[in-house]
Amino acid sequence: MNIHEYQAKELFAKYNVPTLRGHIAFTADEAVRAAQELGGNIWVVKAQIHAGGRGLGGGVKLARSTTEVKEVAQQIIGMNLVTHQTGPEGKLVQKVYVEEGADIQKEYYLGILLDRALEMPIMMASTEGGMAIEDVAHNTPEKIIKVAIDPVTGFQGFHGRKLAFGLGLPKEEINTFIKFAAALYNVYMDYDAEMIEINPLVKTGDGRFLALDAKMGLDNNALYRQEHIHEMRDLSEEEPTEVEAGKFDLSYIKLDGNVGCMVNGAGLAMGTMDTINYEGGKPANFLDVGGSANATTVAKGFEIILKDPNVKAIFVNIFGGIVRCDRVANGIIEATKITNVNVPVIVRLDGTNAIEAAEILRNAGIKNIIAATDLADGARKAVAAAKGE
Amino acid sequence: MSILVNKDTKVIVQGFTGKEGSFHAEQCMAYGTKIVGGVTPGKGGQEHLGQPVFNTVQEAVIATGATVSMIFVPPSFVSDAVMEAADAGITMAVIITEGAPVKDMMYAKAYATKKNMMTIGPNCPGIITADECKIGIMPGFIFKKGNIGLISKSGTLTYESANQVVKEGFGITTAVGIGGDPIIGLSYKQLLPMFEADPETKAIVMIGEIGGDLEIQAAAYIKEHVTKPVVAFIAGQTAPAGKRMGHAGAIISGGAGTAAEKMAALEAAGVKVVISPADIGKAVAEVMKNL
Ligand SMILES: Nc1ncnc2c1ncn2[C@@H]1O[C@H](COP(=O)(O)OP(=O)(O)OP(=O)(O)O)[C@@H](O)[C@H]1O
Ligand SMILES: [Mg+2]
Repeated sequence: MNIHEYQAKELFAKYNVPTLRGHIAFTADEAVRAAQELGGNIWVVKAQIHAGGRGLGGGVKLARSTTEVKEVAQQIIGMNLVTHQTGPEGKLVQKVYVEEGADIQKEYYLGILLDRALEMPIMMASTEGGMAIEDVAHNTPEKIIKVAIDPVTGFQGFHGRKLAFGLGLPKEEINTFIKFAAALYNVYMDYDAEMIEINPLVKTGDGRFLALDAKMGLDNNALYRQEHIHEMRDLSEEEPTEVEAGKFDLSYIKLDGNVGCMVNGAGLAMGTMDTINYEGGKPANFLDVGGSANATTVAKGFEIILKDPNVKAIFVNIFGGIVRCDRVANGIIEATKITNVNVPVIVRLDGTNAIEAAEILRNAGIKNIIAATDLADGARKAVAAAKGE
Repeated sequence: MSILVNKDTKVIVQGFTGKEGSFHAEQCMAYGTKIVGGVTPGKGGQEHLGQPVFNTVQEAVIATGATVSMIFVPPSFVSDAVMEAADAGITMAVIITEGAPVKDMMYAKAYATKKNMMTIGPNCPGIITADECKIGIMPGFIFKKGNIGLISKSGTLTYESANQVVKEGFGITTAVGIGGDPIIGLSYKQLLPMFEADPETKAIVMIGEIGGDLEIQAAAYIKEHVTKPVVAFIAGQTAPAGKRMGHAGAIISGGAGTAAEKMAALEAAGVKVVISPADIGKAVAEVMKNL
C-alpha cells in the first residue's frame, strides 16, 4: 500500500527525520489559510497523488505571496496530472500540500528498500538528487552508494559513515547526516515499509538536512499490525473495479485487450494471459479467483470482467487441485443465472473430477458455454470467439 | 531416489489441529506421508488424526524423531513457528501459510540459516516426491512417478506443468513449490544442484515469474554446473509494468526483472524456454527424446 507525501512526512516527524512544516488543503482558500498559518514569504504547493515525477509534470509550484498560493493551488487542484509514473491517462489531483519553502543549497537522494538477494534492507544515497534519479542509476550507477543493513544488529555508525563519506560530505556534516539516516531506518523497520524514498534530501543554507520529498510504500501483509497506517489508505488512488474485486477476495487488474480471463492462482493467471497472447489474442484483464471458485465468486468475477465493454469472450481456466472441478462447474452454471453473461464463455476445467465437470457442463446445455480440453485449446477457442469466429 | 523427502521422512505439522492444518495433514497421510504428530500449544497430550499432539516442537521432535515440519499457523505466527522449529533441531520447514509480513520472514530466515534449517516457502504449495511423500497442499494424484524434477514459484502452474508432463507419458521425481514472496527459502539455485545430483532425475522443469532476479541467478548456475536438460517458462510476459510510486525498485535491480530479460538469460544458458505454458509438456518430451 502506498501513502501520500504528507502522510509519510507525518511519520517522519514522529521519528525526528527532519521535514518542513506544511498543511494539507482541498481547496485554494484552504491553501491560502495554510500558507498564512505557516507564515514566512515563500511556500511550495504540491499535488498529492500516488506517483512520482510531479515536479516535471507541473504539480509542484513555488509561490511568493498568498495571492500566488491561491493562483497555483487553483491550477493544481482539479488538474489531471500526467507524469512518467501515472501512465498517459494521468491522475486527478484532489488535494495539495502547502509547505514552507526551503533554501536549497544542494539536493541529494536517499532511499531504503529490501534487497531480495541479500534478504536485508539496503540504503542507497547519491549526490545526484533531484528529479532524474532513474537516469543516474542507468547512466552512472557508480554515483549511487549502497549499504546493506543486517536487521538483526540494525543500523550502525559505519553504515552512516560509508554513505556520508561516499557523498563527499564535509567532516562537520557527517554526524547530522548519520542521525538522519538512522532515524529513517527506524521509520522503515517500525512501519513495515516496503520502500522509502527521499528525493530530494536537501542541505539548506544554514547547514540542515531536510526531507523535501517523501515516498513510502508499505507491506500489505503487515497492515494488520499498523492500524494508524491502515487509516491512511486513500481509495481514490486505486482503480474502483480493483477495490470492488478485492472485497470478494478476487485480485483483478484491467488490461486493454478483449479476451476476459478468470483463473485460479496468480501464476496460472499470468500464464493464461501469455497463452492468449501467444495464440494471437489480447487479454482484457488479470483475474485470480484464488482457491475459492464457487458460484458467488465466479458470478462476481463475470460481473467485474463484463464491466469492461471491450470484452468479447471470457476464458475460464481453472486447475482444480483442492477445489473440485465438478463444484466449479456447478458454480459456473449458477453464476450464469445470477449474472447475465452475453458473451461466449470458454471453460477449461482440469484436475480433480474434471470428467464429471465436463459432463455437468454438457448436460446444462447453456448455449454460450464452450468446453475446452486443455490450456492451448481453451486459449485458441477464446481468441477465435473474441474475433467473432 | 528423489530430493529432500522420501517415504521414510518423518513429518510433524505446526498448526495441526486448525481447520487448514487438519484437512491437509489428513490428505498428506492418505498420500502416504509419515505424519508422526503435530504441535498446537495448549493441546499437548491430546490425539488428533490418530497422532499425538504436543505443546512444543521440541517435545514433538524428542518423542517422534521428526526432521521436517509442515507449517500451517496464521500469518502473524509464522516467524515464531519457523524459529521454534529451527530451535528444536528440525532440518527443513515447509511453510504453506500465505500472507506473512516480509519483515518477519527476514528475521525468521536469518535465524533458520543460523540453525542450519532449510525452509521452503512461505506462500507455496509445498514439496512432493511422487508416490512417496507429499508435504503440502497440492493434489497428489497429478504427480505420477517419473524422471522429471520440477521447481516452481507458482502453485497452480506447478500442477499445470506436472499434469502436462504426465500426459506426455513422463512423470515426476520431486516437485518443489518455492513460492513467490520477496523472502523465500530454498530457491532454484539451491535446488538445481540437488536435481543434478539425483540419479533418477533426467530433466528439470523450472517455472519462473516476473520480478526479482532468482531466475537470472539460476541461469548463471545452469550455464556453469547443470548438465541435465532444463525446460523453463516465465509467467508474466504480457503483464503490464506495475504502476510504481518511487524509483528505488528500478535502481536496485538495474532492471525490473522482466520476463524478456529472464527468458534471454535462460536461453543463453542453454535452457529450452517455452513462450506458451501450454508447451511445457511437449518441450519435456522433446528434450527427453534427445537424451
Ligand atoms: N518545500 C520545498 N521548498 C523548495 N523547493 C521544493 C520544496 N519541495 C519540493 N521542492 C522542489 O520541487 C522538486 C519536486 O518536488 P518533489 O521531489 O517533492 O516531487 P516529485 O517531482 O514528485 O519527485 P520525483 O521526481 O522524485 O518523483 C524538488 O526536487 C525540489 O527541487
Ligand atoms: Mg522528488
